Amino acid sequence: MSTDERTISIPVSGMTCAACQARVQRTLQKQPGVADAGVNLMMQNATVRYAPSAISPEQLVQAIRDTGYGAELAPETQSAFEEQEARDRAQNEEYRELKQKAIVSGAAGVLAMAVPMLLMQAVSPRVLNVVLLALTVVVMSWAGRHFYSRAWSAFRHHSADMNTLIAVGTGAAFVYSLIATAAPGFFVRRGVPPDVYYEAVIVIIALILTGNAFEARAKRATSAALRALAGLQPPTARVVRGDREIDLPVDQVRQGDIVVVRPGERLATDGEVISGESAVDESMLTGESAPVAKATGDRVIGGTINRTGALRYRATTLGADSVLAQIVRLMRDAQGSRAPIQNLADRISAVFVPVVVSIAIATFVVWFVVGDVSGVAAPAVRAFAAAVAVLIIACPCAMGLAVPTAVMVATGRGAEAGVLIKGGEALQRAGAIDTVVLDKTGTVTEGRPTVTDVVRAPGTATSEDELLALVAALESASEHPLADAIVRHAHERGLNLATPEQFQSVTGRGATARVDGRDVAVGNEALMQEHGAQVAPLRADAERLAGEAKTPVYVAVDGALVGLLAVADPIKPTSREAIASLRARGIDVVMLTGDTQRTAEAVAREAGIDRVVAQVLPEGKVREIERLQERGRVVAMVGDGVNDSAAIARSDVGIAIGTGTDIAAEAADVVLMRGDLRSVVQAITLSRRTMRTMKQNLFWAFVYNVVGIPIAAGVLYPAFGIMLSPVIASAAMAFSSVSVVGNSLRLRGARLG
Amino acid sequence: MSGTDWVVIAAGLAAIALVNWYFFVAPRRAAPALATSGASGMPEVRITVRGGYDPATVRVRAGAPVRLIFDRKETSGCSEEVVFPAFGIRKFLPTDTPTAIEITPPAPGRYEFMCGMSMLHGAVVADA
Repeated sequence: MSTDERTISIPVSGMTCAACQARVQRTLQKQPGVADAGVNLMMQNATVRYAPSAISPEQLVQAIRDTGYGAELAPETQSAFEEQEARDRAQNEEYRELKQKAIVSGAAGVLAMAVPMLLMQAVSPRVLNVVLLALTVVVMSWAGRHFYSRAWSAFRHHSADMNTLIAVGTGAAFVYSLIATAAPGFFVRRGVPPDVYYEAVIVIIALILTGNAFEARAKRATSAALRALAGLQPPTARVVRGDREIDLPVDQVRQGDIVVVRPGERLATDGEVISGESAVDESMLTGESAPVAKATGDRVIGGTINRTGALRYRATTLGADSVLAQIVRLMRDAQGSRAPIQNLADRISAVFVPVVVSIAIATFVVWFVVGDVSGVAAPAVRAFAAAVAVLIIACPCAMGLAVPTAVMVATGRGAEAGVLIKGGEALQRAGAIDTVVLDKTGTVTEGRPTVTDVVRAPGTATSEDELLALVAALESASEHPLADAIVRHAHERGLNLATPEQFQSVTGRGATARVDGRDVAVGNEALMQEHGAQVAPLRADAERLAGEAKTPVYVAVDGALVGLLAVADPIKPTSREAIASLRARGIDVVMLTGDTQRTAEAVAREAGIDRVVAQVLPEGKVREIERLQERGRVVAMVGDGVNDSAAIARSDVGIAIGTGTDIAAEAADVVLMRGDLRSVVQAITLSRRTMRTMKQNLFWAFVYNVVGIPIAAGVLYPAFGIMLSPVIASAAMAFSSVSVVGNSLRLRGARLG
Repeated sequence: MSGTDWVVIAAGLAAIALVNWYFFVAPRRAAPALATSGASGMPEVRITVRGGYDPATVRVRAGAPVRLIFDRKETSGCSEEVVFPAFGIRKFLPTDTPTAIEITPPAPGRYEFMCGMSMLHGAVVADA
């Protein structure tokens, strides 16, 4: 497919027969600019290969509608990958073209400077000037053409940009030189040497093109992370159809299809494992470097890499709903968003060029009058050079690039680490966070009760495994939330569970059953007493465990106490470290929970949190955040995004721990792909670094213009005798925007730890 | 100071005044384009992007959706994005590929749009 051809897929509705299909297809094929069109009756869509310069997708849709069938362009959101590709193509093309022009005009510049020296003796100045004139015209009309054409089209719209400055600056120098070449007498009669500035015009164009080429390349690098994400989507999937495995384009995979993936392959779609065991590398999406074990029932994400074993899984979310597409879309929106800090730069950009042109005119006037009054021979020459230097040195681009490039690089860097920041505004606010509020369950803790302790009663003959097997067998009949934790724990230890008989749940006390012919009771002290078991030997242990935010349950077998199990929602292994590093950054950490004060305090102690608000309902969480905000705090709320969505929405920066398929988490400003609190530290560190980068960029862009323009205008001349030549000014201008983009790119390697 | 100096001063001031008039005062007078009903039944306006927006001002009804079709006829990187700050929209405009943006101005008023670097400006004016 050549670059000036595109392919589009348009859903068509209302086609019922092969004749309808043929009619739509014929109509499309007859449209001007359509190279090929195929209509699929089963898929209800038309695939059209067309030349975008001749016909637009809207026109194609209209053509289909004119045949009497319905057609609608696919929603824009589906084309996240395609839009990125289009942008890449445009940027690559721009870079390639600029590079070529910069090299050629650079060579012409060297030639223009060398020729006069080589030929000075051989030919007359007149002939030399004509040679230089020809070279300049070639450079201006080929390499520099777009400066003039764009400046002109902007001018027609009463607007002005960087091209205006370059066009006016070089154009003025060219016209001056042209008069000096064609009518030297005009200057000589006024006592001014008929100097020409051809080589300056060529070198200015070459330098600015070089700067632009570097800038284009650097700009391309700012979206490298997004490009890498978009590139994770494999084009095909191996799907089981009947008793065969066939390779299908990913967009033809349907929900519920069985997808097969071998070791070393990339998963094509999201899904749920139905057989096989493997370790999957999810680092590209979550930032988690260790591969994640996957077995039946586990969720897998498209774009990740299957490492060790073969997996079969049922495809779940597809296309625009897939996790990867959601991430790409979220990142693309984020990278295109504005940060409020940009507002000032925008206001300046809007008036910049006309103001600079005015300054250039004023510069000319002042130098001319001062020179004339003080009796300088040719006041117009110096005045002219200074005015051109002012036009050339001014650089509105650096200001325009200062904030957006930093936002692009930072959001990309975040995505690599599994931290999705939703935009420039979120980034800016996250940099100011001074208080982090954490939800307890599922945020600080795993959110899943687990057996943490097994204690045998003194003198009992029952082993730990036997004890556990009996309890788990009983609990396998129970629906109590803690029962699941115990059964799971027994399975993990590889224990075989007998089938319980006569299971009875005693509300508020526990449960009883017969297992392997023995009477088993699991529950609190009251239940034990009913069964004649004395809890005294283990009471101290039970109280200690309760103090550690665990739930102890006694176990009696045939009327005798045999032991004690403790179940708890353990804190995540990384929580303590993450909370310590938040506090090391001067951030207050508060934990909110609906649990009792005692449990909350025990968890807080273990996690290293000193402020706890317990027994709060969801509305209470919102109020607590408002209370902190009233005290002037910038509050980040970290939660699972479902139960805490109100508090997340109310906070200054809502941080949702991604629970898997739903990345969007509407209320949140930041979505963490990993349920690891260290990501919160990363988000804040990245935001702070980014704010610093933005401020540096804006500072340099402002200072550059504020200092550069007066120097070019010659304010240093009276005191130090310093004048900038237009050539030096063009070099400074060309590299000021490159340095801003380069500074933003440093964020790519930012350490977020 | 000689007569020439006075001429240069006068000409300079006139040129500065002209530049500022041309870029800041004159654009406001440009006639706005009215949205017309398009293929989809929704009011549409085609805006050509070439060193600026043509038309730069579009008149629409407040509260009703309108489709703006941006047709970028240049490869200059400056105009590659269009931004509607009030609607949180930032859209890449591929060269020679008309790109539709749909907005619904919630209330009468002036809604600015601009290029990615805030150099080119246009506006949607919503009437009651």
